[in-house]
Order: sequence, then structure tokens, then C-alpha cells
Amino acid sequence: MKFLLGELKPKGKMFTWFNVISIPIMLLGLVLIVIRFWKGIGSITNLTQEVPWGLWIGFDVVTGVAFAGGAYVITFMVYILNMKSYHSIVRVTVLNGFLAYVFYAGALLLDLGRPWNVINPIIGNGFGTSSVLFLVAWHFLLYMIAELIEFSPAIAEWLGAKRAVKILSGMTLAAVIFGITLSTLHQSGLGALYLMAKEKIHPLWYSEFIPILFFVSSIFAGLSMVIFEGSITNKVFSDQISEERHKDHNRILRGLSKICAGAMFAYFFLQILVFVHSKNWAYLSTKMGYWYLTEMLGFVLLPMLLFYYSYKRNHILLIKLAAVLTMLGIIINRLNVTVIGFRWDAAVHYIPSWMEIVVTMAVIFTEIWIFRWVVNRLPVLRESPLWTHQKH
Amino acid sequence: MSFLGGSKLNAKPAAKDPVEFKAILYDSTRCVGCQSCEFSCAEAHGLPEPEDYLEVGKVRKTNENCRTVVNAYETSKGEVYVKRQCMHCNQPACASACLTQAMHKTEEGPVIWRGDKCMGCRYCMVSCPFDVPKFEYHSANPKINKCTMCFERLQEGKLPACVENCPAEALVFGTRRELIAEARRRIAENPDVYYDHIYGETEAGGTSFLYLSPVPFEELGFNTKVQNSSYPELTKGFLYSVPSIFVLWPMILLGIQDATKKLNHKKTDDHE
Repeated sequence: MKFLLGELKPKGKMFTWFNVISIPIMLLGLVLIVIRFWKGIGSITNLTQEVPWGLWIGFDVVTGVAFAGGAYVITFMVYILNMKSYHSIVRVTVLNGFLAYVFYAGALLLDLGRPWNVINPIIGNGFGTSSVLFLVAWHFLLYMIAELIEFSPAIAEWLGAKRAVKILSGMTLAAVIFGITLSTLHQSGLGALYLMAKEKIHPLWYSEFIPILFFVSSIFAGLSMVIFEGSITNKVFSDQISEERHKDHNRILRGLSKICAGAMFAYFFLQILVFVHSKNWAYLSTKMGYWYLTEMLGFVLLPMLLFYYSYKRNHILLIKLAAVLTMLGIIINRLNVTVIGFRWDAAVHYIPSWMEIVVTMAVIFTEIWIFRWVVNRLPVLRESPLWTHQKH
Repeated sequence: MSFLGGSKLNAKPAAKDPVEFKAILYDSTRCVGCQSCEFSCAEAHGLPEPEDYLEVGKVRKTNENCRTVVNAYETSKGEVYVKRQCMHCNQPACASACLTQAMHKTEEGPVIWRGDKCMGCRYCMVSCPFDVPKFEYHSANPKINKCTMCFERLQEGKLPACVENCPAEALVFGTRRELIAEARRRIAENPDVYYDHIYGETEAGGTSFLYLSPVPFEELGFNTKVQNSSYPELTKGFLYSVPSIFVLWPMILLGIQDATKKLNHKKTDDHE
């Protein structure tokens, strides 16, 4: 008990730039959330009867989950393909993925009008099995459990529970296989959610292939997030990372950039096929057409080439730039399907209110706070305690 | 397939009488734009009385307090009125979208909303091609508001409120089959009066609200982009792939895992 209480205390300086910016936003977000539950969703959002899903779904959930895809890709590489050289980033990636799901699926609760009924599809007060959202809801829940199991050895090591470490580590492979299967289905499922909104989404972004496009793009979305987040954590938490791991990090980034380039090539090729088959040439010379070309050329083709070039030349800074461009591209793509291209022909467009943006930022900052709390205590970046190595 | 003993396989369950979908036929050549349907609907469901009147050029919409509206359109054949409400699709997008079955296609045809199941996710609104379900954005306990074809009244043996109170007989209630036959008869008998199409016969896979009009439906602000097959059909391919991925993926992953593990052992053996 004393140990836990001690660990709860904050570590490190309180007056950092990050804290000074994030604390007021988190407090303001909290106030807004109270207003939302008191006066209704319309009191702080600009949602309308025609556009019922806005920033909280389009960005927090749909984009957030794509970025969290790194966990299933990295665990696939390390545990299924046995690419052991990526082992050092498994824990931090899984932790990030887990927290992303908890917070972004958690943000979903803010968007539910009747959140007290959220348990209904689980307990069977209506198994809506014909619903894509039913699948996505179950998968979010199951995937969070799978990721918690994958991460649990770190918790056991922190608590010094030697037997638990052994048992929980034994469950990793099963959790990984289950997790990858779930991810395949719900990453594509998030796209499949929009299949019935056929006439509402701009034809350049609507096709029956949205699920496949969402799945393929989640691979490099997740990896770009791993590159981006890894570059930041390596600086911020550099005291926890051994010399050896620091050197190793650049090699990992280079490997990831090769995979990103490959996945993006597949994605770009798919997009071309979809475009040609849907015969949407006429739209290209419209405003939305220019925007579509910007997305495809500036935020898919360009970062793809950058990834390949920087992999060949071993240019670490360019890899990071490519990752940022790719992430912007994913944000643009997901918002184009869910918000910008949704009801593009309506007289009045939905633009998120400042309060929706503040709540979104508050959710992200809270997640980073929890992430920092965990990394400062658990063996995520730093080496596992010595006793874990003395198995035999 | 009869050689497989098909007659037995195809036998219908004997116990239950098949229930036919109920429907409403709206004939805009008869509608006089009196809004009686709006007022009676509000009264029947305890909603506030409509405060604005229809006007050519003004598109009024249903909302969280109003389940049906009548609008006026200036067309090639003069002023035409159109009543709007839920279309009660045969295979509703909203009901297939609903993860708790709160949106529900009843056996009798009306599509209803059940508050004890609904979690307020608004996926029904995203999916509905006619933008029918409306959400109470300014309530801490929000409900979805939409026409239910007066399902409770139907169960008491009454007519839907709008049908009962229409003074011009523009609205007729019956089984969907009867009403399509009736609509066809009207078109055949007065080909000069009617535009030769029943909106709702095939739209969105068929609906239980059927429309007759003197002019093409795009002149009346109808969604004519709506597809003729049902909307749940669009997600079928994805949902059907789920079980196969669920079974095959773990097998394939285990196989790859096993193969690469052996490869890795070989590699490390070579190094040592």
C-alpha cells in the first residue's frame, strides 16, 4: 500500500511548458464536459440533424484509432514474424495503443446521447448483429482487453509479482494473435460504418472499398505515429533509455520507414484503382477535386517517396518529416470521409465549435499525462528489473 | 434443387399466418395543403402544435418536435403539396445500423424507436438516406423523434392519426400490396394526371410510404439519387467477411509464427 501511495505522487518538475499549457485546457475541457451532460450535446457542439457525427467521431475516434494501429503492426512484426530487433519498442507502442483506445473510445461516451445505455449491446438488450457499429463496439472492448494482457507483464514487473510475470508473459502470443485479428476487422470496420451513407459522402471519397483503404492506411498511420512518438519520448525520457537503445533507435526508424514506404505504395495503388473504377474524372476539376489531388499527391505520394529516399540514404530527419506528413495525410483523409466530404453539397456546412476542439485537446492531453505517469514508473522504456532475466 | 428433397426444406412454417407489411399511400394530386396531418400528428404524440404555415419556396423540415411536414412546390403543373415523414423502408438502414436494435422494423411494417435500448449514438441518422431520425441536441436525456406510423394506434385497431384526419382523402392506409395495386390503378385510369411512377415502390429497396405525383419527383425536392436496392445491402459484403477472417486469421498467424520461429532458430544456430 505504501508503495502504491508513494508511486502516485508526481515525479519531476511541475512548471514545465507542457504542464502550463495542458492544465488550463484540461480544466476548461472538464467544465465543458459538465455543461454537455447538463444541457445536452447541442450546448457545446455544432452538430446538426443532417450532420450528426462531427469532430469527436471523425477525429477522436476514427483518426485516433488509425494512429493506434501501430500496436498491432509492431506486435505482428515481433511476435508473428519474429523480427526480434524491434522488440525494444513493443512495450511503449502497446502502452500507447492501449491508452489511445481507452481515451478515444472513452471520448465516444461524450458523444453518446444516452451513455447509460452503452452496456446494452454487451448485455444483449438488443444484439444488433446486422450493425457494423455493433462489431466495432465489441471489438473496441475486446481489443482493449487484449492490449492490457500484452502490456500486463510490465505492470507485474513494477509490482514485483514474479509468478504473475511468468503467467502473464505466457498469454502474450494468444493476446497478440487475437489482437491482430480484431484490429484487421475494426480498422476496416470504422470505414465500413460509412458505407450506408452512400449519397452523403463526396464520390471521390466514397467507394465500396473504404474498409480496405482504411485497413491498409492504418498500417502506415500506426507506424508513422510510432516514429513520431518514439522521437519525442526518446528526447523527453532520455534518462531512462540505455546508451545501446539510443543507438538502436535510428536503425529501428530506418526499418519502419521501409515498411511505411511499402504499405503506402500499396495504398496509393489501391486508391488509383478505386479512382479509375469509379469513373470520377469530372470531379477532378472542381474544388473538391483539387483537395483530393492535394491529399493523394501531397500527403500520400510525397511522404511515400520521402520514406523510400530517406531509407536509402539513411536520413533520420527526413524519416521524421515523412512521418509527420503521413500523419497529416491520415488526419486529412479521415476527416474528408467523415466531416469535410460528408454533406459536401449542403448549403450550410458543419464546422466544429471551439468547445469541441477544446474537449478534443483535453482528451489528448489527459492521455499524455497518463502516459507520462506510467512511463515514469513502469519498465516501459527502461530495462526490466534484473530478476526477470534469471528465469532458468 | 428438388432432388435434395427440396419440397420439405422449402416448406413454410405452418403455425403462423404471414403478416403483410402495412403501408400508407399519399396522393399529392389530392392533397390541399391544409396541414391537418401535421396538427393531428402533434396532438397524437404530445408534441407542440406547428407554428408556421407552408409557403411555396420554403422548405420546412421535420425536427425533434415535429414528425411530419407538408411543403408546397411550384412545378410545371402548378402548385403541388408534398407531405414528408419517415418512409418506413422494407429493409431500413436505420434499423440495420442500430447496434442495440432500438430502431426496429416491426413485423407489421412500421419502423419504431425504443428508448430503453437506444444509447444515442446517432448512427441511424448517419445511415438514413431520407434524413428521418431527429435527435434532441438540447436535452440531458435526449430522444430520437420520428414518425412511427402511429404503431400504438395501429395495435389498438385505429388508423394512423394523419390518415384518419385527412379531409381530402390524400392519405390511404392498407397493406403495401393493396396500395401498390391501388396506385397503379389510379395512374392507369388517369395517365394525364399522374406522373408514371410510384415513389417508394423500389426506392431504397421499397418503402411502406408510397407517393403519387403529377410531376417528376425531382421537381418536388425528393431524393432521386436514392438507390433502388436496400441500404443494408451496402454493408453486407463487409459483415459477411467477418466470420471468415475471424476463423482464418488466427490460423494463418499461428502458421507464420511457427515458420518464422524455426527460421530464427536456424539463424541463431548458424551464428553460434
